[in-house]
Amino acid sequence: MRLIVSDLACERGGRLLFSRLSFRLEAGGAVALTGANGAGKTSLLSLIAGLIRPHQGEIRLEDGEGVWAEPPEEAHLVGHRDGLKSQLLVRENLEFWQAMLGSLHPPGLPPRAALARLGLAHIEATPGAYLSAGQRRRIALARLLVVPRPLWLLDEPTAALDAASRQVLAELMGEHLAQGGLIVAATHEPIGVAATEIRIGA
Amino acid sequence: MRRSLLALIRRDLRLATRIGGGFSLGLVFYLALVAILPFAVGPDLNLLSRIGPAILWIGALLATLIGLDRLFQADEEDGSLDLLRMSGLPLETIVAAKGLAHWLTSGLPLTLAAPLFGLMLGMEPVALAGTALSLLPGTLALTFTGAIGAALTASLRRGGMLLSILVVPLMVPTLIFGVATAEAARGGTVSFTTPFLALVALALAAIVAGSIASAAALRARS
Repeated sequence: MRLIVSDLACERGGRLLFSRLSFRLEAGGAVALTGANGAGKTSLLSLIAGLIRPHQGEIRLEDGEGVWAEPPEEAHLVGHRDGLKSQLLVRENLEFWQAMLGSLHPPGLPPRAALARLGLAHIEATPGAYLSAGQRRRIALARLLVVPRPLWLLDEPTAALDAASRQVLAELMGEHLAQGGLIVAATHEPIGVAATEIRIGA
Repeated sequence: MRRSLLALIRRDLRLATRIGGGFSLGLVFYLALVAILPFAVGPDLNLLSRIGPAILWIGALLATLIGLDRLFQADEEDGSLDLLRMSGLPLETIVAAKGLAHWLTSGLPLTLAAPLFGLMLGMEPVALAGTALSLLPGTLALTFTGAIGAALTASLRRGGMLLSILVVPLMVPTLIFGVATAEAARGGTVSFTTPFLALVALALAAIVAGSIASAAALRARS
């Protein structure tokens, strides 16, 4: 699996955020997007996720045999809005996303095991409303494990995480890359795995 | 694909019936409207039973409007909508599943409650049955027509009013055929099936057109 971004330009609210952005990401590779606030890091992730349309250029996801895949269907997005329902229990939230996102993929870890991996086994029967920011972020990260998708789009994944959780996240990313996965992370600090830095805007 | 859509419907049903879900909001509004109307019209039972079907239909239309603004807004606010769009399922089927779940928790209860509320208006059994039967496809048509407005106003904070202005004109045909069906049940020159079949056709058309239009509106949003 490889991600090819060619000659990409992004316009938001009538303002050109970046243009002529090109990069290639091979299987097992990670990219760290850096840049000032408002430079377009989150917009680039939304572009790859297919949520907004590029002003110019294209984004392709290629299989080993040159078969093209739809990036949105092969990608996970973990951002500031975590898709967690406060009325539902943590386990119910995760079970829903496993069923919803897993229609085209073989199932990954069971929700219970994914929560245990992120050190959240004790809150699986807690409603989403009672969680802290760090716990919400870790549940969003657990989504990466319940449905295996090759491309991880992470928007400041370490935000609100404590030192131990950052360690777990780094391990998860390491394992994902070792299995040939791809990671594109927007970040202001080191993410814990070797990554090519791409600076957005200038 | 079927498993994903069932999971989505199940989740929306769960959200609607839990605290803050708004399951009973439309029903309570409906009851309030039907209960206060006789105070305004006066205690003339003949008049009330004659305009009963129209009252029940207007009440159902307004009660449907009340809960609609949250149909996509809740998912838009917490980012669920973005994730749903990345599920690999056509957005149209996702919208249809959400609309169906919404109807099960708003339109269907309104339909079931209508005969009960109709008793308070002194309506006859035949008229009660006819009105309830016309509301079954009718609320379905109203929900899916309203979904278009809900999709257009998904990212607006107080989009409820704009939504009403947008969709009420589109709901007029459903209202006309709905009340005509309920009236025909009481007897008259037109047989019951004629307006009823037109109403069912409207409902089917609304499900298809509403899903496609809502999906297009949600895509164009960003």
